[in-house]
Amino acid sequence: MSYHNPYTPPRKSATFDDQTLAEIRRAAATGIYDIRGGGTKRKVPHFDDLLFLGASISRYPLEGYREKCDTSVVLGTRFAKKPIHLKTPITIAGMSFGALSGNAKEALGRGATISGTSTTTGDGGMTNEERGHSQTLVYQYLPSRYGMNPKDLRRADAIEVVVGQGAKPGGGGMLLGQKISDRVAEMRTLPKGIDQRSACRHPDWTGPDDLEIKINELREITDWEKPIYVKVGGARPYYDTALAVKSGADVVVLDGMQGGTAATQDVFIENVGMPILACIRPAVQALQDLGMHRKVQLIVSGGIRSGADVAKALALGADAVAIGTAALVALGDNDPRWEEEYQKLGTTAGAYDDWHEGKDPAGITTQDPELAKRLDPVAAGRRLANYIKVMTLEAQTIARACGKNHLHNLEPEDLCALTMEAAAMAQIPLAGTNWYPGKGGF
Amino acid sequence: MDAAAQKESSRTMSVFDLSITPLRELNSALHNISAGTNDMNFEVINPRGSHSVAVGIDAPVTVNVHGSVGYYCAGMNDGGTVTVHGSAGPGVAENMMSGIVVIEGDASQYAGATGRGGLLVIKGNAASRCGISMKGIDIVVHGNIGHMSAFMGQSGSLVVLGNAGDALGDSLYEAKLFVRGTVKSLGADCIEKEMRPEHIEHLAKLLEKAGITDVKPEEFKRYGSARKLYTFNIDNADAY
Ligand SMILES: Cc1cc2nc3c(=O)[nH]c(=O)nc-3n(C[C@H](O)[C@H](O)[C@H](O)COP(=O)(O)O)c2cc1C
Repeated sequence: MSYHNPYTPPRKSATFDDQTLAEIRRAAATGIYDIRGGGTKRKVPHFDDLLFLGASISRYPLEGYREKCDTSVVLGTRFAKKPIHLKTPITIAGMSFGALSGNAKEALGRGATISGTSTTTGDGGMTNEERGHSQTLVYQYLPSRYGMNPKDLRRADAIEVVVGQGAKPGGGGMLLGQKISDRVAEMRTLPKGIDQRSACRHPDWTGPDDLEIKINELREITDWEKPIYVKVGGARPYYDTALAVKSGADVVVLDGMQGGTAATQDVFIENVGMPILACIRPAVQALQDLGMHRKVQLIVSGGIRSGADVAKALALGADAVAIGTAALVALGDNDPRWEEEYQKLGTTAGAYDDWHEGKDPAGITTQDPELAKRLDPVAAGRRLANYIKVMTLEAQTIARACGKNHLHNLEPEDLCALTMEAAAMAQIPLAGTNWYPGKGGF
Repeated sequence: MDAAAQKESSRTMSVFDLSITPLRELNSALHNISAGTNDMNFEVINPRGSHSVAVGIDAPVTVNVHGSVGYYCAGMNDGGTVTVHGSAGPGVAENMMSGIVVIEGDASQYAGATGRGGLLVIKGNAASRCGISMKGIDIVVHGNIGHMSAFMGQSGSLVVLGNAGDALGDSLYEAKLFVRGTVKSLGADCIEKEMRPEHIEHLAKLLEKAGITDVKPEEFKRYGSARKLYTFNIDNADAY
């Protein structure tokens, strides 16, 4: 008896999908792990999985264009003589000169200043352009201490002790030789053209007891003027927040796993750390347990894209947010106008992430003077300011619809969750129920 | 004497007794030096292990601390001359920019960490991670140093008259290390290097600066970076 197999379409493995197969081949060909910029590309539970309820008979809204909805935020009220006053709770996250071009840093400063918000230095020190164009500048105190000096500490408006980053909690930095120009090399006291590894751990303190002494030293050096932030990656948010508060932080910066990076191993970006959605409630809980909610401010970051994300983060209890990737996109990163050049680099607009190679067609993540020239810092700063304005307006729109006259009055009760995961992580009732996993009653 | 006059007289004497005066007053006085008007000599008594003594100095003052200090003494010193007549806790002279810091006793971990300039002299021993991440500072230790010293050292010189512990100069960049005694082990990418005449000369100057006359530069061995970790993985340099 003859047997004829009817045609079946080829079936690819869900486990060994095309990306996975390509990565195995890439690893086999090179013997080195993949390094890239940007944040997590896989889908993880996020703010999209939460919705606002809006007003109804029991809650009444504020008039959209008439009634005030305040967006201001004050950071560093705990110990600093000179707290920071911002007009919007959307701040610019720390991104290093070195990873970014001088023009890009200047554009971030300009955009932040127009918007009445702060921008932040990064691993590599403070540049004069950046200081000059940023009304409010946060100076990062990183494990590498590249470019660290007391003059810049004193001309900063706040100091951010970086313990970790969401993209790589527990990992150090990396700036590959291609991006080490004379100026970058000089700022970091290293030879030109070599790979620069930034330590993952601070050289002169280890645990929370040491951190407390370190923060005290920074306060003494700067005469107790500046707010001191502590930035941690989203790993153990309850304990990290509690320990940061114990160590004397004025502000805790919490960066979820989606957070961007200039250059990190892909395996790190995709597999270490928790989504920001899962980090906020434990951090807020720690602050509340210590009686410090709103006294020590909480800034959250990692995948913030819109005013809705801002509003959700604030409703969960944060005081402000920080944006990295979105700010770069507003400047012009991954813009389709450079598609032809992205193609030449073997990629496409929206997917370009080889930021460590310094060949960015948009002139942002590069130290090549010709490429860097493509970014006009004035126009790019304007775009960033527009974008921040839109996000602020969006957040206000939602807050008014929830009847709030300040973004900080948004609360968990304004939200519902679309998925069980989001309900569990954010401790927000699943839509249509009054229950979330972990809460009794079932 | 009324309170104001008393305060005035103690200021001209510039003696800070940390058993009665808050540390803040000392550091604040050190940060408010205006040329010609102030006494540039400060005596600190009863430090009793206080942290952050004389941090953030940015003028050519002289500070004598009589007793032992805690963490980060003379941190970020820029131009001052600080002498601790006692021992120092962790991170003494961390991130020093310029000036001189002398520890008459021993120093704990991370002495001179990330220092960018100036001279740190430790007359006793230094614990682990001495000169970690150093970026231009010169450190002279009369005694021994602990493990992982000069880790990721970028620039500057570390001179040790005694012995060095394990993993000296791990992941070293361009810092120069000179050890007179034994080295328990070298860290990754750190190798012994030839002492050429220019190194003898460089070391002789450092010893002189540190006031050391009874030791010859020829007695030291030099260690530096093999520079093999300089590119992430040289075999695959074109792959990333
Ligand atoms: C190009 C780039 C460079 C960065 N450099 C630093 C840095 O130097 N220090 C730091 O703490 N975080 C750094 N980050 C992380 C950001 O501060 C921030 O945590 C993150 O970008 C927030 O997530 P988002 O990109 O999804 O907005 C960098 C991020 C990017 C995209």
